[in-house]
Order: sequence, then structure tokens, then C-alpha cells
Amino acid sequence: MAHVDDDHVLEYPIPSPAALEPPPEWAELRTGCPVATVTLPSGDTATLLTRYDDVKQVLSDPRFARTAPGAARISSDESGGVFNSNMANALPQTGEGHQRWRRAVGRWFTAKRMAALRPQIEALADELIDTLRSAGAPADLKAHLGFPLPVWVICDLLGVPDSDRDRFAHWSDTLLNLTRYDLAEIRRSQTEFGAYMTEHVAAKRAAPGEDLLSALIAGSEEEGGLTDGELVATGQALLVAGHETTANMIGKMVGMLLADRSRWERLVADPSLVRTAVEEVLRFDANPGFGMPRFLTEGARVADTDLPPGTTVVCSMAAANRDATAFDGAEDMDLARSPNPHLTFGVGPHSCLGQALARTELQAVLDVLVRRLPTLELAVPAAELRRVEGLAVGGLRELPVRW
Amino acid sequence: MKVTVDEDRCCGAGQCVLLAPDVFDQRDEDGIVVLLDPAPRPDLHEAVREAAEVCPAAAIEIAEGP
Repeated sequence: MAHVDDDHVLEYPIPSPAALEPPPEWAELRTGCPVATVTLPSGDTATLLTRYDDVKQVLSDPRFARTAPGAARISSDESGGVFNSNMANALPQTGEGHQRWRRAVGRWFTAKRMAALRPQIEALADELIDTLRSAGAPADLKAHLGFPLPVWVICDLLGVPDSDRDRFAHWSDTLLNLTRYDLAEIRRSQTEFGAYMTEHVAAKRAAPGEDLLSALIAGSEEEGGLTDGELVATGQALLVAGHETTANMIGKMVGMLLADRSRWERLVADPSLVRTAVEEVLRFDANPGFGMPRFLTEGARVADTDLPPGTTVVCSMAAANRDATAFDGAEDMDLARSPNPHLTFGVGPHSCLGQALARTELQAVLDVLVRRLPTLELAVPAAELRRVEGLAVGGLRELPVRW
Repeated sequence: MKVTVDEDRCCGAGQCVLLAPDVFDQRDEDGIVVLLDPAPRPDLHEAVREAAEVCPAAAIEIAEGP
């Protein structure tokens, strides 16, 4: 294990001893080195924050956005990864421009609109569990349920054909992978993805449907509506966000609940805990991926330390979610925890736009699973679960289960 | 209990609507919070407190009182 001290520059992301366990460095950093210098996969330097109050402070500060010219590059190639991509840069990052974009898109992701999708999502979960059952145990819950469900939901929302999902999966992977692809592959993939979405937006403009993109296009004619470039980038961003995040979270959620099977049994005995259980697995996720970068365009004082302008800060929401100053029994999973102000979706003006959708999907899947497969258990010891490596979004390679 | 909301801070996460739908709603045109009831009845207080605690934009303020 890498010891945290003043002479040692940590490499980030920090490797973990086990798929569902946090790196021991998190606790050391929170208590001993809350403002830590780290080296990113690109070789660039950044400042890592791990305490609840500090992460919340920086993410809530409306002056700071993900990136700007001069920010540290995240990944090992020149493109700089998803946070610095053309797609991310086509959307307004701060201030009024960001707020205009956010509200134009956010109106389609309200709690009520997402709750209205729930019966449809539950019916889909039911169907996918039928397929899982007929595949026979042991089966991979990620491949049968975790991945297909959110992909189908986001494709349906955007009105893109589910049959193109293999292409989306590839484009999404090249954008989110920090280490696996070379620059030529990433560029080719981004160009293809941009061309696909441009064509899709044009087709929806010509023949509008009942979907989100058609609605955004209709809204683009009004004052404050999205530009063509923003429409394409928004479609791409939503497709990528809808692909990897919830898909991986379903696998991790079920993995965490089965790793200590008394958790699962408690849910089976009392399914009314599903809502708070979902919040608690979101808080407890030790494998969330990269965290959230912020580029300081002005100096800021964080944890009694002056950070100069030009600093790239990496916020570890997952480390902050285990901060004992913010949560009683922070290292214990409490399925009834309430309130649970975890930082997994971020906070402030950039907090996750799709969080009501993610919550609806996670709650729907868990409700249906607990009802349909109460005898569910891991088909391998939890210690044998393996992480997907190198992705900006954390996940398990597979989740073998039986019932 | 007196509730106030800050529309400028609101990021439209919708947690308040899920927790206390009798007190909070979101506008159709931009997803921003609408306060339905600034003085909610006592049986809703716990849900309203939770909504304020988990609001990612810290856009809900509560003044406890008679």
C-alpha cells in the first residue's frame, strides 16, 4: 500500500485492494492530508480533495467548471479524456450560459416526469429478469440486467434506435476510457459519434417524434433555445451519461447488497427500505470512477490552504461520502439512513442532471429484483469480484449470481 | 415551520418533490422548484427537513417555529 506522506506524490486514481472496498489511503488523506498533490494518468499534477466539507465547497462554487484552457489533462493521450472533449466543450460551462442550457434540458428530467417512466422501467426489468432466469444460474447480472436496462431507457428517451447500441457502447467507451485507446482511435470515434448525432438531429427536425431530442429541437426555435452545436453535444452527452453510469451502478448496487447477505435479507423482509437503500449504496460506492475535476480560474481557500489560480482540483466524492464528520457510522452501510446528503451526484449548479432518472431506475430495478428473486446470492466470493479498469466511471467486470 | 426556496440556486434535482410532493413541485418550463406550501402541516415537517438536508443546491431554507 502506498503510504501517504509529504514526500510521496500519489498516483491517481488510487488502486483499491478489493472491488467493493475503498483504498485505505482515503482515511489517511482525510485526516492527515486533505489537500493532496496527485499525478494523473497523463502525468499532469492535480490537487485531490477527500473531506466532505471541502468537496462540497469546491463543487458548490459557481465560479468553477470542469475544465478550461490550461487545466491538467486527465488521460494519457492528448485528447484529455471525456472531461476535455469537443463534446464537453460545445456546451456552456459556467454562468448564465450554463444555466440557460441546464434549464432547457433539465425541464425534461424533473422528478415527476421520471416517476411517470417508472411503470415502464419496472416492466422492462421484469422482462430482463425473465431472460436471466431462463439463462439459468449462475448468470451475469450485469450483462442480463444492469447494462441493457439503462441503455434501453436512454435510447427511448432520446428517440435513437436501441439496435445501434453496440455503436453507442463503443463510442461511449472510447470517451470514458482513460488508458485503453490511442489518440487516433479516440478521434475517429468522436468524429463518427458527432456525425451520427448530427444526422439524428437533422432527421428529428424533419420528422419530430415524442422524444426528448424532438422536444429540444422544438424549443431551439424559441428565445434561449439550444444552438445546433449544443443540440448535438447534448444528445451525445446524455447518451454517454445514460450508458455507463447507471449501468455500472446497478451491478455495484446488487454486488454490495449481496456481499453481506444480511443486507439483502433485510430488504426482502422490508421492501419499503428500497428508497433509502438506493441512497445508501450510492453513498457507499467505493468504486465510483474518477471523481469530478474542477479548474480554478481564480484563487480559492480550501481546508486552510490557499490554492492558486490555475490549479486543477479533483474532488473525490466517494472519499467524502465516507467522512465521519459528515455521516454517523460512515464506514457502515445503513439501509435506513436518513437524511443521506451524499455527494455521489455532485452538488451545486453542475450536480447530475439525470439524478432523478438514475434514482428511478435504481429503485425500480431493486424493487423488482427483491420481489422476483428473493433467494438471489453471489455465485462467487465477494473477494473474487473484479473492477473494470481505466474507466472514468467505475464498475464491476461482471456480477455472477444464482438464486 | 416556515419554508423558503431560492430559485436562482435551484439546480432542478427534484429530490424535494420526491420527498415532499405536497410542499414542493418543479416548473414544467425549466424544472425549477415551486413552493406549494410555505407553512406545511406538522406531519410533513420531517420530510421537508430531509428535503432541505439533501438538496444539492442548498436552495431550501427552513425556519422552525410555532
